[in-house]
Amino acid sequence: MSKLRLEKAPAPAWVRPVIPLLAILVTFLITLIFIAWVQANPLHTYYYFLVAPFTSTVTMIELLVKATPLFLTGAAVAFAFRAGYYNIGAEGQLMAGAIIGSWVGVMLEGFSSWIALPIMIVGGFLGGVAWALIPALLRVRLKVDEVVTTLLMNSIIVFLVSYLLNGPWRDPVSMWPQSPDIAKSAMFFTLIPQSRLHFGFIIGIVVILTIWFVISRTAFGLKMRAAGSSAEGARFAGVNVERTILVTALVSGGIAGLAGVGEVAGIHFHLIQGLSSNLGYTGIIVATLGALNPFGVGIAALFIGLIDTGSLTVSRAMGVPVYLGQVVQATLLLVTLSMFVLTNYRLKREG
Amino acid sequence: MIGLIAATLRVATPLIFGTLGELFSERAGILNLGIEGIMLLGAFVGFATTYSTGSLWLGVLAACIVGIMAGLLMAIMTVYFGVNQHVSGLGITLFCTGLAYYAFRVIFGTPANPPQIQPFMQTEFLADVNILGPILRQYPLTYYAMLLVPVVWWVLYRTNFGLNIRAVGENPEAADAAGINVYRVRTISLMIAGGFMGVGGAFLTLSTLGFFTFDIIAGRGWVCIALVIFANWNPIRVLWGAFIFGGVSALQLRLQLTGINLPYELFLALPYVVTIIALTIANRNAAYPAALLKPYKRE
Amino acid sequence: MNAVQMLNITKKFGDLVANDNVNFDLRKGEIHALLGENGAGKTTLMRILYGLYRADSGEIWINDQPVQINSPRDAINNGVGMVTQHFTLVPPLSVAENIVLGAVKGFTLNPKEIEKSVAEASEEYGITVKPSALVRHLSVGERQRVEILKALYRRANVLIMDEPTAVLVPQEVDGLFNSLKQLVEKGLSVIFISHKLNEVMAICDRVTVLRGGRLVGTVERAGTSEKDLAVMMVGRETFGVERQGIKETGDPVLTVDHLSLTDEQGIDKLKDITLEVRHGEVLGVAGVSGNGQAELVKVLTGLQKPTNGQIILNAIDIAGASPSAITIAGMGRTPEDRHAGVVGELTVEENLALESLEIYLNRGVLDRKKIRKQAIEMIADYNIKASPEDKVRTLSGGNMQKVVMARSLSRNPSCVLAAQPTRGLDVGATEYVRGKLLEQRDRGAGVLLISEDLEEIMELADRIAVIYEGRIMGVIPAAEATEESLGLMMAGVTEHN
Repeated sequence: MSKLRLEKAPAPAWVRPVIPLLAILVTFLITLIFIAWVQANPLHTYYYFLVAPFTSTVTMIELLVKATPLFLTGAAVAFAFRAGYYNIGAEGQLMAGAIIGSWVGVMLEGFSSWIALPIMIVGGFLGGVAWALIPALLRVRLKVDEVVTTLLMNSIIVFLVSYLLNGPWRDPVSMWPQSPDIAKSAMFFTLIPQSRLHFGFIIGIVVILTIWFVISRTAFGLKMRAAGSSAEGARFAGVNVERTILVTALVSGGIAGLAGVGEVAGIHFHLIQGLSSNLGYTGIIVATLGALNPFGVGIAALFIGLIDTGSLTVSRAMGVPVYLGQVVQATLLLVTLSMFVLTNYRLKREG
Repeated sequence: MIGLIAATLRVATPLIFGTLGELFSERAGILNLGIEGIMLLGAFVGFATTYSTGSLWLGVLAACIVGIMAGLLMAIMTVYFGVNQHVSGLGITLFCTGLAYYAFRVIFGTPANPPQIQPFMQTEFLADVNILGPILRQYPLTYYAMLLVPVVWWVLYRTNFGLNIRAVGENPEAADAAGINVYRVRTISLMIAGGFMGVGGAFLTLSTLGFFTFDIIAGRGWVCIALVIFANWNPIRVLWGAFIFGGVSALQLRLQLTGINLPYELFLALPYVVTIIALTIANRNAAYPAALLKPYKRE
Repeated sequence: MNAVQMLNITKKFGDLVANDNVNFDLRKGEIHALLGENGAGKTTLMRILYGLYRADSGEIWINDQPVQINSPRDAINNGVGMVTQHFTLVPPLSVAENIVLGAVKGFTLNPKEIEKSVAEASEEYGITVKPSALVRHLSVGERQRVEILKALYRRANVLIMDEPTAVLVPQEVDGLFNSLKQLVEKGLSVIFISHKLNEVMAICDRVTVLRGGRLVGTVERAGTSEKDLAVMMVGRETFGVERQGIKETGDPVLTVDHLSLTDEQGIDKLKDITLEVRHGEVLGVAGVSGNGQAELVKVLTGLQKPTNGQIILNAIDIAGASPSAITIAGMGRTPEDRHAGVVGELTVEENLALESLEIYLNRGVLDRKKIRKQAIEMIADYNIKASPEDKVRTLSGGNMQKVVMARSLSRNPSCVLAAQPTRGLDVGATEYVRGKLLEQRDRGAGVLLISEDLEEIMELADRIAVIYEGRIMGVIPAAEATEESLGLMMAGVTEHN
């Protein structure tokens, strides 16, 4: 009797860049089930998902708007993961950056943008760092698993934001649970007039270039990669693994904080509870699709931005719930993960 | 005080289900970060099933089945493909969450008022006894949760299958060499774990609330993961961990009512803060299953 | 009557042919040695028989019937048991639980009952174990008995033992041999994997020799000699590094002074260790595995802070210093586990640079040209078979070891610490590594060689210290040492002051 068996056989080098494309194909095949459920025409659905956003300048710019925070959360996650620090807390760190941004932004009334913008950026970065600090310290000092603590920190900040918005920061005019608008000078300028595409996009590009440089061209980058793939090997070679991980974790938090400041200063201009809408968790998808490579992260963020934009188009045009986008993204994550592994195996017939 | 104890048991119920599930999965060597999403999906599927059939127990069953299927998906990813457990668990959570939201919108649209069901009644049990009566006035699933604790202990330490689970979580090479199918044991453990998680989520919609909200789980799954470490992977100690978290949550409700002038969000956040502290203290002596996070592949 | 026949077995790992058309047969009731050097393919062949690997081609016959063995379960069902070199026990479980694991039917499990049934088996086969003890509390010798009983409990009538004596002191070996002889009288057939000629001659009925994955031949013990076997095994008359006599030694370079280490559970791992390594000598530290060598290496390489004592290297106290400080102080370090000394996912050149990043920095940025240039030089100097961009995890053990050595020795350290430097290496790589260590000695460096391989110590060391339960039992000049006297010290029987 012949039997099929998986056998380890590394995929040829040209396969790896193709994997994400194959994964996208497989993902859309799987998500057919959910589209069939609402009896929508799959071809129309995919047209609105993937093609329609490119047919107008407005939606193309919107794609870049959606990708902007994902550049940053994706970069934050990828940076931390490269050092073997599983920062799942980008969601909370982003909110912390947003809190500082909306606080500082109000106080900067009367200052020029030349002063206000750098303060906003630094403030948002530090906000993210602060929220990343406790899990990072617990990990390097007491070996407490950062996955659990960063997740719990994500839950805690929801209550902090709720307190601020229902308490001291509640907008005295509207009485909505949102903070007062930040100063005009603290708002990020738009890159294209009449659009929502803001300065944060440039910050995102700069951060991606910077972490690429740090990871591949500096001693710190080599140390963090060493610490990430073999802590004991790195330690033996003289790398201070704990300090390397601590610095990486804090920088990662800071990058996520920048995403928060961007959402406040470029999109909403005040703090609201739903500001993030899972941007931190989506950052994990982006980082994985990008294979933890900074440039891969950039491309993946654009693609997820496309799906975000597309799911709105699908919803508007066909009445399919917008959450289909989230299902597609999660499926894509699972499929990509599997395919990265499976391409290292080959089916072999024996018997 | 008596009310506090009763409330503690109530709050602890979904945590006991979730934590026992996570414990099963981790004893077999798999960290299941899908728990948050599986609980949410369980909460939704339980609610939707009851809404359409009118049967609460069918709702529980459906939540259990969908949890088992999510567990199977996790097993395919982590056990057979050997994918990173952190990322695939989060992927499962994102997938289940997206699916629950999507399905809610497909079935219920965007209603002005959330659709309601008639939830479980609390059982009157020894109602005439002074102190016990009010404490034992609980939902049926709370009783099942308490019952499940010794059952899980018995399965782990007094059955052959439990021995296999402990072996594959500690040393899969040894288990394999002893002729145990490591993949199968891990897969079954993950499926059982998913079933528990699904029921834990369904408790919230079917017992306490009677309706479904998007933020219904609110990080309870993550708390369960912390409680497993706190319990040092011992099912009996899960009970105490869940009681501490439940107690702090119940206390928080009390303190709000007493009108102490503190923001109520502080109280809401308190259990999570306490969990981090408890985790930090328990971590010093934590004996992680040796093969946790390590995919097993025979050469 | 043949208990086992393996016909034309071939197994490849990538390009490496681990077994090349090998034939092997085991008669009922014999002890059959599988002899060969590290990397000769002995373990691979037996892992195929036990279902841990699958052969690419070939047949297995058991009791003159062809069988398919795809998993250990198949092997067990065919009456084959194996005691692997790294024990396959689950430390937090009890002895009884480990033994019945996967071997009992039914749903429930009664601890009392399984302990009773294991006690009965222990009685029946004459192998003493304590059923209720937790495996993590047992000594290595006790764990080995559990492994043997585990196989017999599953009704094994063929028992494969993979280098069973490597973890035992010479005196414990006798006990093992007696047990095996008794079991054979009761009808058991044993395959005994070894690379030690004296053991093979002491206990086996027939000997099959493998070299480089190929079968050299099978001979009766009665018709052969240690010398003949040695020739078959290595393919030439002598091997190893020529000793160049005892050299003049200089001043101490490394002084370990009253060093002790107590672990988190309060167990004393190192007790009051005092050692001195001089310029131009090799000080060997011999001992059975698990007597504190690993801890000593960790302390000396900066991975663990000692509880007490000083380590003076070139007049600097390096006790508790970081690995990089110790490197800068002049220590060239080779770790016990070479996989733990490199970062497998990084490239060869990155690993070679990792210990000395400061010299590759150019205004804060890594000078990648310089890293490449130095790597190419080191690869040539140390005969590493790899290119600078290869990931280290793809390298063979020998090449990995050369990477580690190239990295530390290129700094011209005044003291070289080599822990188990040749464990698991093939003959060529072993010779190369030993030669490099002697080269360091001749250059004037002090070499501290910590090894569980007694032959290696006898061959390289000028003076020999013996470690037992974290204590130094004594230091003797190599010329005065015999295997017997060292064995007694390694077993903790005698001390030498």
